[in-house]
Amino acid sequence: MNDKSKIIAGLVIFFIIFAFPIWYNMFKSKPAPELTLTEKAKAAKECVRSKEYMTKNHMQLLDVWRDKVVRHDTRVYVNTEGKEFKMSLSNTCLDCHSNKAEFCDKCHDYASVQPYCWDCHIDNPKEKNDGKQ
Amino acid sequence: MNVKYMFSLMAVVFLFLFSYLGAEVAGLKVLFGIIIPYVAILIFVAGFVSRMMDWAASAVPFAIPTTCGQQSSLPWIKQNRIDNPSTKTGVIIRMLLEILCFRSLFRNTKMKIHQGQKISYKLEIWLWVSALAFHWAFLVVLVRHLRFFTEPIPGFVKFLEFMDGFFKIEFVDSFMQIGLPGIFMSGLVLLAAVSFLLVRRIMVPQVKYISLAADFFPLFLIIGITVSGIYMRYVSKVDIVGIKELTMGLATLHPTIPEGISSVFFVHLFFVCSLLVYIPFSKLMHMGGIFLSPTRNMLANTRAFRHVNPWNYPVKTHTYEEYEDEFREKMIDAGLPVDKKE
Repeated sequence: MNDKSKIIAGLVIFFIIFAFPIWYNMFKSKPAPELTLTEKAKAAKECVRSKEYMTKNHMQLLDVWRDKVVRHDTRVYVNTEGKEFKMSLSNTCLDCHSNKAEFCDKCHDYASVQPYCWDCHIDNPKEKNDGKQ
Repeated sequence: MNVKYMFSLMAVVFLFLFSYLGAEVAGLKVLFGIIIPYVAILIFVAGFVSRMMDWAASAVPFAIPTTCGQQSSLPWIKQNRIDNPSTKTGVIIRMLLEILCFRSLFRNTKMKIHQGQKISYKLEIWLWVSALAFHWAFLVVLVRHLRFFTEPIPGFVKFLEFMDGFFKIEFVDSFMQIGLPGIFMSGLVLLAAVSFLLVRRIMVPQVKYISLAADFFPLFLIIGITVSGIYMRYVSKVDIVGIKELTMGLATLHPTIPEGISSVFFVHLFFVCSLLVYIPFSKLMHMGGIFLSPTRNMLANTRAFRHVNPWNYPVKTHTYEEYEDEFREKMIDAGLPVDKKE
């Protein structure tokens, strides 16, 4: 059995699969998405915590907030600088970041993250409420 | 203390310190984020091809299939078509079962002597179970990482992520928070399985005796990769969007180093590069070698067909008949007996 041709065929198939990211992206550079901040968010300058902390840890912060509000009926969050915030996704977070598509979704789509916030919460509570009233 | 595993462990600790200090203190992010990954991939590809071609150029002088069942024989004797295959289909099924299900590991038995006299053999499935868990979890983790190397992310990666995070394990208390970002089973299974494989090599005396530094090093390295990955995802948290910008740069050949990427990421990347470079020069080549195992991929038809080594040199022969034709007259003159007298 001289199987050189079969072995070469196997190697070619392996490297085609291995190089999937290269031919799938077609050499087009895809930079990270630029976030759009609303006027209100720009004016506030800083979120409940520093930008760096929020980028990396917002999901944990929201999880702890939910636990505190739903299980312990604590509704006030005091940040490291002593500032107080109401622990609420709809009323605090979305108050400034009312542009879910340009703010939340951009990074989540880029990093393939599917948060289940929106299973219960609506995107833009204020707009919806205004419409009903 | 065992020199072999301490040596391997120290090698991995050295790799960690080298990359962490290199990225954190010396700030060599271009080296660790761009140059080393590309060099590692080139070494991996070139080394992998050269090892495989080396094997492809090796002679197969004998038919040496191992069999675990009845060979194809008389029509009224039932053949075991998969364990003793006489057809190509049988061989393909046997190879698939070997590669996907590790059947030869499943056959592992453990011998025990009871009351000093009786020998008993017991099925020893833990190596098989942990090897399966390890390899499949590693594959899932690898495919999941395509989310960093593709844009838009293909559906099968998203589906795999969904299945991997199917059990939404969550726990929140004043002292700890688990569940966001979502727990992926594969990473934890991978860590558990690779730890078991390491503990097995250290705790089982017979296995420890035959284990070399080259057996421990890949285990420690893979533990390093897994722990740094899990640490980044669940504990320290990193700027995932920045990291994807870097990895996408690598995949699209437009390398960039975004600001604010944690040094742990460079450690993780350097470990992966070390593994890639290490593969062609080590036992990890079983990735390609499994396809070339002659005991598994040859037809078990040695009684029906003669195996001729295709590498046989075309030997020049000179038979007695030819010899006699050449020297007949001289032989007759000398009075020697000949077979044919003209």
